[in-house]
Amino acid sequence: MPVQCSSCAKNRAVLKRPKTGHSLCKECFFCAFEEEVHRTIVAAELFKPGERVGIAASGGKDSTVLAHVMKVLNERYSYGLELMLLSVDEGITGYRDDSLETVKRNQEQYELPLKIVSYEELYGWTMDAIVKQVGLKNNCTFCGVFRRQALDRGAIMLKVDKICTGHNADDVAETVLMNILRGDIARLRRCTAISTSSEGDEVVPRCKPLKYAYEKEIVLYAYFKKLDYFSTECIYSPNAYRGYARTFLKDLESIRPSAIMDVIHSGENLSVRDGVKMPVQGTCSRCGYISSQALCKACVLLEGLNRGLPKLGIGKHHRLHGKLLSQEPLTEKEEKKLKPPEF
Amino acid sequence: MCQVDEDYGRDIRSADFLSISKQCVKCKVHTPAVLLRVGDPYCRGCFHEYFIHKFRAMLGKNRIIFPGERVYSFNFYYLNHSVVSVNSVYSICRSPGTLGCVGRPFIMLNGALIGRSLEDRHKTNTNIRVLFESTGFPFHIVPLEQVSAPSYFHKCIFLFTTVLLIVYCKLPTLVLTRPHMSGSNCASSYKVAVGKFDQNKSCAIQPSCQQKEPVDVSKVHTVQLQQLVTSVKTHTAREELLNMLRQHLLLHMARIEGYSKLMLGDNCTRLAVKLLSNISLGRGSQTALDTGFSDSRYGDVIAVRPMRDYSAKEIAYYNHLFNVPYVFISGLDSKDSIQRLTESFVTKLQTAFPSTVRTIYRSAYILHLLLCMPQSLMMLLCLCKLEAVELKTLLCYSCQLTIKDMVSGKGAVAGLVFFIGL
Ligand SMILES: [Zn+2]
Ligand SMILES: [Zn+2]
Ligand SMILES: [Zn+2]
Ligand SMILES: [Zn+2]
Ligand SMILES: [Zn+2]
Repeated sequence: MPVQCSSCAKNRAVLKRPKTGHSLCKECFFCAFEEEVHRTIVAAELFKPGERVGIAASGGKDSTVLAHVMKVLNERYSYGLELMLLSVDEGITGYRDDSLETVKRNQEQYELPLKIVSYEELYGWTMDAIVKQVGLKNNCTFCGVFRRQALDRGAIMLKVDKICTGHNADDVAETVLMNILRGDIARLRRCTAISTSSEGDEVVPRCKPLKYAYEKEIVLYAYFKKLDYFSTECIYSPNAYRGYARTFLKDLESIRPSAIMDVIHSGENLSVRDGVKMPVQGTCSRCGYISSQALCKACVLLEGLNRGLPKLGIGKHHRLHGKLLSQEPLTEKEEKKLKPPEF
Repeated sequence: MCQVDEDYGRDIRSADFLSISKQCVKCKVHTPAVLLRVGDPYCRGCFHEYFIHKFRAMLGKNRIIFPGERVYSFNFYYLNHSVVSVNSVYSICRSPGTLGCVGRPFIMLNGALIGRSLEDRHKTNTNIRVLFESTGFPFHIVPLEQVSAPSYFHKCIFLFTTVLLIVYCKLPTLVLTRPHMSGSNCASSYKVAVGKFDQNKSCAIQPSCQQKEPVDVSKVHTVQLQQLVTSVKTHTAREELLNMLRQHLLLHMARIEGYSKLMLGDNCTRLAVKLLSNISLGRGSQTALDTGFSDSRYGDVIAVRPMRDYSAKEIAYYNHLFNVPYVFISGLDSKDSIQRLTESFVTKLQTAFPSTVRTIYRSAYILHLLLCMPQSLMMLLCLCKLEAVELKTLLCYSCQLTIKDMVSGKGAVAGLVFFIGL
């Protein structure tokens, strides 16, 4: 027997909303989903009229849905925002080149300007080349540091006031769990915050309009809207620990459907003891990017790559910064520790 | 047996361990008996010393338990099964130099809840009694139904009903309480206490060795408690409810017996599980109190966790090496609860990454302890501090989830109201 939409009571329901359990028709689901994002944006005062906003676009489902919903809401509620897409090309064959094709199609579909910044043009290294040198163990460190900076640099080139990213509720809950499993509670507040100003290790403020949207609903939204997105996991991301956290979260959700929200609520309400040191920010003396050290993380990683000592940026090697800055060679003993692993 | 806690017996004297280490790392004389970490083999004597020193150091550093003070201690409840053992705490408390605080073991039995027969429960009761009598410690066995001893039971049930009434009938009843005011517990009074204790060492308070008989609980109370628990639909909420009842009963008993300190036996493994399940249940704001060394949210009774630096492994080694006797009590079967899921998740992760528990536990250290301000209001159900936004609903975020799982609708509330005769 066909179930009726519990909202309009006219159409046939096509889905059961994971968040509320309500049976809804397609139109009512779109409406409910979009309204929730709108309420999130309004409640957290994420944007001001007249702002230029860069949407971090990877071609994946989250950022595709984000771009779509942002455009819809900007028109429907006259946010007065100037939207544009911002993509990072890490240089990963078979993953990023395909997903960038998707972003280019999105650009046409949504009629938004697009800026692509690539690792190769910014750093002279593609991820493919980096993995060739460092192997698959620490490559995500490189990727993470480079991407954060690349997004900032792209945003500065585009002169945007804000970057919004496609992080969804599942991502945020997962990050809460990951930070606890890693004993990194001090950073938790920043990771769960819906918007961050520029005081951290990023220059351009970021925000997460999809922070309270379930991944399952994002997939449903993209599916029923027939959005064009690219769905393959990064081929270089073997992070076992995150895998554990993700599975745990899924198990929690199967016991109590609100678990994702519950974890986020917890993360938002953990109070961190005073006096947990937050590093003082200065600027990198090589590239001018903000940094708490003489050299920013990206520059140290790069220096390591260029000297053939990839472990330079992985551990804590602040002592060596002086030598790196003055282009001095390292001692044999220092070099030995930082050589790539033998394969 | 609870896996996270006790599954270390076979590591002791395993062949490859003995082949690695020839000598105790401490005294460099005796044959090692335990391997705490790789490269850290201890002989029996040195391990004993290390174990006790750690306890003393924890109490000394925190200066919360006063010398010669009477302490109520509650050590044993686990989610799946309880292991009641004359835990290390008591032998430590009596050993020289631990300030002579006097622990009174407190055992809570919840046999009624899992439908165990009267004889069966009687047998457990006797086993525990024999166990504790052999130690010469004064002890206290309380069945969880004591929650249903007339006055106390009513207070508790009243609480739940009030909450239900607010949720379903929107009655503006106040379910908030203020912590009881306590006397001065500052550093100077600690010094005074040390001085006094040193003077009177010879006549330190000797606990009277009589054991209080468990209060006879009537069948009615047992049935009432069972009904309350079965009104909860999910295992997660059932565990939550039980934890709250235990917490209330412990506090209540400590108050009527005149104890100002409550010693909880949580070890670092247990606290790691607690922290993570608090997060999963939406109790983030409460986590600092639930995992810290001392918890003064009740005002007049301070809960302390002197075993929090010990790993389950260390405790298991200690109990094994020094033949600490124990009794098993089976608990609620709540396989598909968030609490159990978290427990097995931590166990699994600990096997794959041996530093897991320590790392999670370190997180607890960074958490800020909310100061217990007498003016601040506590939620009566779970005794947490309410976050400001929640004042409207009068229930903390997580308790709202529990209540949601508790009753199927207004009918059940009406039933409960009738049943209590409010
Ligand atoms: Zn509809
Ligand atoms: Zn990666
Ligand atoms: Zn730099
Ligand atoms: Zn020794
Ligand atoms: Zn509560």
